[in-house]
Amino acid sequence: MSELFGNEEWWVVIVKAVMIFAFLVVYTLFNIWFERRLVARMQHRVGPNVHGPFGLLQSLADGVKLALKEDVTVKAADKVVYVLAPILATIPAFMAWAVIPFGPEASLFGTITPLQLTDLPVAVLFILAITSIGVYGIVLAGWSSGSIYALLGGLRSSAQMISYEVAMGLSLVAVFMYAGSMSTSEIVNAQVDMWYFLPLFPSFVIYMISMVGETNRAPFDLPEAEGELVGGFHTEYSSLKFALFFLAEYVNMVTVSAVATTMFLGGWRAPFGIGSIWEGANEGWWPVLWFFGKTLGFICVFVWLRGTLPRMRYDQFMKFGWKVLIPISLAWIVCVGVIRKLDTEDMLNRDAFIWAAVVIGVLALLSFFIPEKREPEPEPEAEFDAFAGGYPVPPMPERRGHK
Amino acid sequence: MSAFDELKESMWDPIAGFGVTFRTIFRKPVTEQYPKEKLPTAPRFHGRHQLNRWPDGLEKCVGCELCAWACPADAIYVEGAANEDLPDGSGRYSPGERYGRVYQINYLRCILCGLCIEACPTRALTMTNEYELADNNREDLIYEKSDLLAPLLPGMTEPPHAMLISDDHHDYYKGKTLPIVEAD
Repeated sequence: MSELFGNEEWWVVIVKAVMIFAFLVVYTLFNIWFERRLVARMQHRVGPNVHGPFGLLQSLADGVKLALKEDVTVKAADKVVYVLAPILATIPAFMAWAVIPFGPEASLFGTITPLQLTDLPVAVLFILAITSIGVYGIVLAGWSSGSIYALLGGLRSSAQMISYEVAMGLSLVAVFMYAGSMSTSEIVNAQVDMWYFLPLFPSFVIYMISMVGETNRAPFDLPEAEGELVGGFHTEYSSLKFALFFLAEYVNMVTVSAVATTMFLGGWRAPFGIGSIWEGANEGWWPVLWFFGKTLGFICVFVWLRGTLPRMRYDQFMKFGWKVLIPISLAWIVCVGVIRKLDTEDMLNRDAFIWAAVVIGVLALLSFFIPEKREPEPEPEAEFDAFAGGYPVPPMPERRGHK
Repeated sequence: MSAFDELKESMWDPIAGFGVTFRTIFRKPVTEQYPKEKLPTAPRFHGRHQLNRWPDGLEKCVGCELCAWACPADAIYVEGAANEDLPDGSGRYSPGERYGRVYQINYLRCILCGLCIEACPTRALTMTNEYELADNNREDLIYEKSDLLAPLLPGMTEPPHAMLISDDHHDYYKGKTLPIVEAD
């Protein structure tokens, strides 16, 4: 961790904070446009292309329109909580960015400063903690609206976010073990030789899945399932309060993408070996470009998922989180721990290790060929004879359904 | 189902969908940039109605109301009246006995199904390819006869006037004496 964190001039900190805030708001506007354009192309459409060059000002126009709408506070709402909820959802979304590293130390108005607002020895824990507070915003929004749809949406999202946060946290444990630190800048520094998504591929996949669940995005957008819950937790919200939820959702999307970049894709380090060809690629302000390129890649994945997959059923979704992701995470952490220990003690035989991995892989593949045990077909029930007593009678209730 | 099919169904098929969406990104969108570039409709598109004319300008509509009866949305209102053979021809709008004195189509009700066109015995009522039927008030969407009548082509004269092609109905409908003579 750089000596500069916490020991900087006050104006440098303020400038960096304002830059991050402005960037996030503009990036959100861009992302909304980007998502609409990309998902439109996936559906044989062109998407918004009227306002501004390539329709880039579409989200700005939408935002202005949203802000000018009537701000409805429903009668049944618990006023204080109702107003507080969107604020509670938005502020943590921005706060998580305090510890995201955008780049190495660079010159800002003649002052050398790390391109990161601050860093903590437990920065990743800070991110996990602060993003969970955002759940309160959603739950309280659902609860305070005085509407059943909103309540169901809030309930779903609390269950969903808590479940997937477990898997998300567990997938990051392997990264901590490899990097030996929870500080974001340290984790980026530890990935000089190899980005962690290669050695920790299962963790990476689990993180990718749980980050979609965590941000309430398709195919896990159950809290706002239009077909079932109208708008979910934000059914009763309008105008700027609704805009805040919208903003929070998109900032969260970028946040989890940025965390994924930092944890698994080498953070701000130049991709594709550009750093080995060009010395300056990892110096100054250039890393900011690589960082945003990588985050944008994750946004593309989000959009791709949304364009491809239908929404999951709630029970399947919960089963998947608790019975698949979390057990696999736990087993994988044990594996990583054992391998790390053997490696540091020089007891790891590389050839034997690779062979063992291949054998396990083949066994796992073969397990797909084992046909599932089919449940025996239930005995067809005897045809009900309505005229058994001489005159027609309906069947008794317990006979109607299947046992 | 063979083991291979089962494996394909469980392993490959969920991923195949991603290929579809990815491929589509690089395909040409089907969107038409409508207000900027208006593409022609299909040749037999059901657009705004038109009341046709005979080659001398007389109306083909005989005011029979069959279109109004055929209309499932009750969008058409017709009032027929009798043609009169006055010396100056001022009582004649169509070659036969009767003509449509009032003809209205309410485009707030019309579903452009074309049943009226099928019902019309004189082919007076047909449909055009014009589809921009929007307005900001209800009154203007009730199209009167003057809005629906086909424009006068060269050689046509605005009725009322006498039958200019021929006085004999058989010859008139067959267009025996075409090209027609100008009135006055």
